[in-house]
Amino acid sequence: MRVEMRVDGEPAAAEIDRPGESLLTTLRDRLGRYGTKNACEQGECGSCTVLLDGDPVCACLVATAQCEGREVKTVVGAVPRPVRDAFIACGAVQCGFCTPGLLVSVADLLARDGDPNDVQIREALAGNLCRCTGYEKIIDAVHAAAELMSDGTPAPTRAHWITTPVVPSAANDATEAAP
Amino acid sequence: MTAPLRAALFHRPAELDEALRLLAAHPEAVPVAGGTDLMVAVNYRHTRPAAMLDLTRLAELREWSDEGDAIRIGSGVPYTRIIAELATVLPGLAAAARTVGSPQIRNRGTLGGNLATASPAGDGHPPLLATGADIEIASTAGTRTVPVTAFFTGPKRSVLAPGELITAVTVPKAAGPQQFLKVGTRNAMVIAVCSLAVALDRDARRLGTGIGSAGPTPLTAPDADLIELPWNRPDLFNDALAAEFGRRVAAAARPIDDVRGTAAYRRHALAVCAARALRRVWTAAHGTESTR
Repeated sequence: MRVEMRVDGEPAAAEIDRPGESLLTTLRDRLGRYGTKNACEQGECGSCTVLLDGDPVCACLVATAQCEGREVKTVVGAVPRPVRDAFIACGAVQCGFCTPGLLVSVADLLARDGDPNDVQIREALAGNLCRCTGYEKIIDAVHAAAELMSDGTPAPTRAHWITTPVVPSAANDATEAAP
Repeated sequence: MTAPLRAALFHRPAELDEALRLLAAHPEAVPVAGGTDLMVAVNYRHTRPAAMLDLTRLAELREWSDEGDAIRIGSGVPYTRIIAELATVLPGLAAAARTVGSPQIRNRGTLGGNLATASPAGDGHPPLLATGADIEIASTAGTRTVPVTAFFTGPKRSVLAPGELITAVTVPKAAGPQQFLKVGTRNAMVIAVCSLAVALDRDARRLGTGIGSAGPTPLTAPDADLIELPWNRPDLFNDALAAEFGRRVAAAARPIDDVRGTAAYRRHALAVCAARALRRVWTAAHGTESTR
């Protein structure tokens, strides 16, 4: 069965051979899009979070055949540059396995709420498990990204070293994003 | 290499009538909406559906409507929308919906799927029991309405027959304060150790209760609902009354020991939750009177 959808803004087609094949399997094993990570396959960890018609969902719980004509955005197409830069600058990435899912969830949160507080951030990210960071730096990164996306000025958070990013190009892009 | 899947093995009806005809013709096709239960079973090879029937394209299942004294919620409305759009009229159900899984799960999961799975721990069930909701079930033979109290028949069992689809749930609008309390190890991504919904109807002077994850099915607590409350003198409400309500709710539960908790703990937690819930709804309903 052929399923046609859009993935990260481009048309994509997959030939699936069982009705229960998940979008996660199709993205990784048929379309070679490895940005979306496979961890628990039961909707528990959020590593496979993608936007389906704009809403964050676990790709492991979506049947690919349900996606005919739908718009899928993975970490590659869903995440504004400042969100990625803030994660790097704040040390919100350690082993990196949860990172693509978290980035998609953060992108969705900031699209809905430009200046979320800690409680709102924790609730929005409750479906994304990270076993490395303890979440504090991830929350710092969300605040930093919110600040970068609003006016390009670094946030006065505990992540004071956002002002001296570890990746030089990140600093340039962040500056360019300013109005 | 397995043969490519024939299109007929994944049905994607655009209208309810077509879905019901397909289900009658292909009883082996497993209906799927949000997939938050079914796809876990598929991914873990607990089930391997020969065919599936997609419900996400049925626009009529994805709408809710105001029916005057009740809200009719299409079975395919995801929890996220119940929280965003119905919290004022159905506060108990919205509170329960807010405790379901995570944002990702709430964007996909539906009340219809919760009912069809019929888990004793389903978060949507206690508020439906507390408010006396009705389940609308359709097949090619027609439509029938089942009170939620008669819907569950055992663990993961219900009156839903082959060829039938849950199309809507009609929930009476709140006529007073409502509460939903859920016990678990964290606030997100938790299957309830036990849960409790309480609805107070100020005008009818009636209590409604729904118990989750503490019996073979979600349960009501008829004895607890009949507790004498000081409706004419709300200031006479006291902790002893709340504790008695808690005891009656705990007595109505039929819990077992399992991986999430013991039967004894569940009864204890339900008694605490019930007393707390009753205090909260009573205070919310009579706060102004009792301070006079």
